[in-house]
Amino acid sequence: MATAPAPAATETRLQATGGVARRQRLSRWSRYIFLGTSLLGVVALVALGVDTLINGAGRVTPDFFTSYPSRFADQAGLRSSIIGSIWVLSMTMVLVVPIGLGTAVWIEEFAPRNALVGIVKLNLANLAGVPSIIYGILGLAVFVRFLSFGPSILAGALTLFLMILPMTVIAAQEAIRQVPDSIRQGSLALGASKWQTVWGHVLPGALPGMITGVILAMARAAGETAALVMIGAFAFIAYDNTSVRDNFTVIPVQIYNWTTRPQEAFRENAAAGIIVLMSIVLTFNIAAAILRERFRR
Amino acid sequence: MAVTETTPSPEFLASMRSHPTKRLRERLIIAALGLAAAVSLGTTLAIIVVLVAESIPFFQDVSIREFLFTTDWQPLFRPVTFGVWELVAGTLNIVLWSMVIALPIGLASAIYLSEYAHPRTRRILKPLLEALAAVPTIVYAYFGLTFISLGILKPLLGDTISVFNALAASIVMAIMLIPTIASISEDAMAAVPRELREGAYGLGATRLEVATRVVLPAALSGVIASVLLAIARVVGETMIVAVIAGQTPNLTLSPLETIQTMTSYMFQVGLGDAARGGVEYRSLFAVGLLLFLMTLSFNIAAAWFVRRFREVYV
Repeated sequence: MATAPAPAATETRLQATGGVARRQRLSRWSRYIFLGTSLLGVVALVALGVDTLINGAGRVTPDFFTSYPSRFADQAGLRSSIIGSIWVLSMTMVLVVPIGLGTAVWIEEFAPRNALVGIVKLNLANLAGVPSIIYGILGLAVFVRFLSFGPSILAGALTLFLMILPMTVIAAQEAIRQVPDSIRQGSLALGASKWQTVWGHVLPGALPGMITGVILAMARAAGETAALVMIGAFAFIAYDNTSVRDNFTVIPVQIYNWTTRPQEAFRENAAAGIIVLMSIVLTFNIAAAILRERFRR
Repeated sequence: MAVTETTPSPEFLASMRSHPTKRLRERLIIAALGLAAAVSLGTTLAIIVVLVAESIPFFQDVSIREFLFTTDWQPLFRPVTFGVWELVAGTLNIVLWSMVIALPIGLASAIYLSEYAHPRTRRILKPLLEALAAVPTIVYAYFGLTFISLGILKPLLGDTISVFNALAASIVMAIMLIPTIASISEDAMAAVPRELREGAYGLGATRLEVATRVVLPAALSGVIASVLLAIARVVGETMIVAVIAGQTPNLTLSPLETIQTMTSYMFQVGLGDAARGGVEYRSLFAVGLLLFLMTLSFNIAAAWFVRRFREVYV
């Protein structure tokens, strides 16, 4: 190509050829292949949401919230399982907040730096990986049978409490570690005691992170099915719970029940139940995300 | 201003020392916090005691040899046999097929998020993928049965696949595991130092080559950790397999058949309360003990690999 005009005006472009061009082409395509594969997860999430909404939205009526379970799909509702969920989750929260946060404060601020605290930390990491059905048979053996609580709200709350304790503690530890040491040293230097420092300066700083952890743990508890079925929360409940010794059922267990009924009509109820459950779980997760964003420093 | 050194008066020193009852109160508070921490130790202890103590009577009826070395699990019909391998095979079936699906998707997501994505894309894509981890498993169970199994697989494969099958369970299990594999692998990739990437670019490597031949091998221990954690979750997951994969013990790795895993057997016993105290009830704890040991070993192995990649680069 010797026909080029004045060399000063030529724009020189390096164009790869042969093997190098092929490698560059491959690399350019790979971006879209990786992106496409990553989107499969999002596609599944959307399919799940749309499928549930199409099947269940028609059944989410006021009656659905105020009716007891029934043999007839079109008359069945979530009333007793919503009440059961509220009872069990409030009790679980009452247990997990002081004990979970207390454990984290002890480990991070007061525990002697020795083998014991190492064991406690390792143990928490391992407990966080124990499957929920194991917590279920633990609850069955200890709370339902050994302590004779029966398949009650009390037994259910204690089981869920043990299940979400590790994740609550680990999140709270994380939050306490975010508080800079200079704050502790400043407080101690002004004559505050160890506990005054923790109560007056460390805890206020760590609180948003701790609450985020509790909310996420409660979302886990709200969706738990297997552990509660193991302790016997599978009864047909056609009354409102009034005491912690009552038998009970919860929303996810009711959804399980409707999903596995042979009659097609109950599947609509299951989808409607899922819309309710997902709204609760999503609210918890969004609240946690907002809290985390607002207090990020 | 000159500073003169004075000896503090005894009254002042006394006031600096905290009040004895206040000190006692603080000691009590700290003791209470220590007691709270003891709850988690107590939980582990209780799990071990319950699983072992309730398994002992089971193994007095059924020999350990029958439990571990025979392959017929038939606790409901005479002659009853307790060869746990049929249930372990069910669990391994789901582990195998869910990993075949989840590993490429999770890994591709991690590579895309860490090596390719624009920060803006990342800010949208990452929370969407992580939302998959927040979905309750009963929701996946419903979706797997109605949409994946009855809606897609059955019309597609017809009579070659059962209504309750391992494949549909593995597919939704894989969807659930994408964030587990993607986020831990991505953490490991983010920990790979920039110099390694820049060195490779300097030698003329393309982005794909940097991602797959430099970053991925350097982050391998993190990827292995994410897979081990994912396997531990599959082994312990109950609702997905109980609803979708069926309740028939079956010594097979075929994804098209009805099977029963260790967890769905335990769930099945938990549903019926007829045989409380019988051998069926006690078998719950023997299977639970095996399940506990399996998930524990996968979790410990995963923690070991996580520590390794943290030690190397961070």
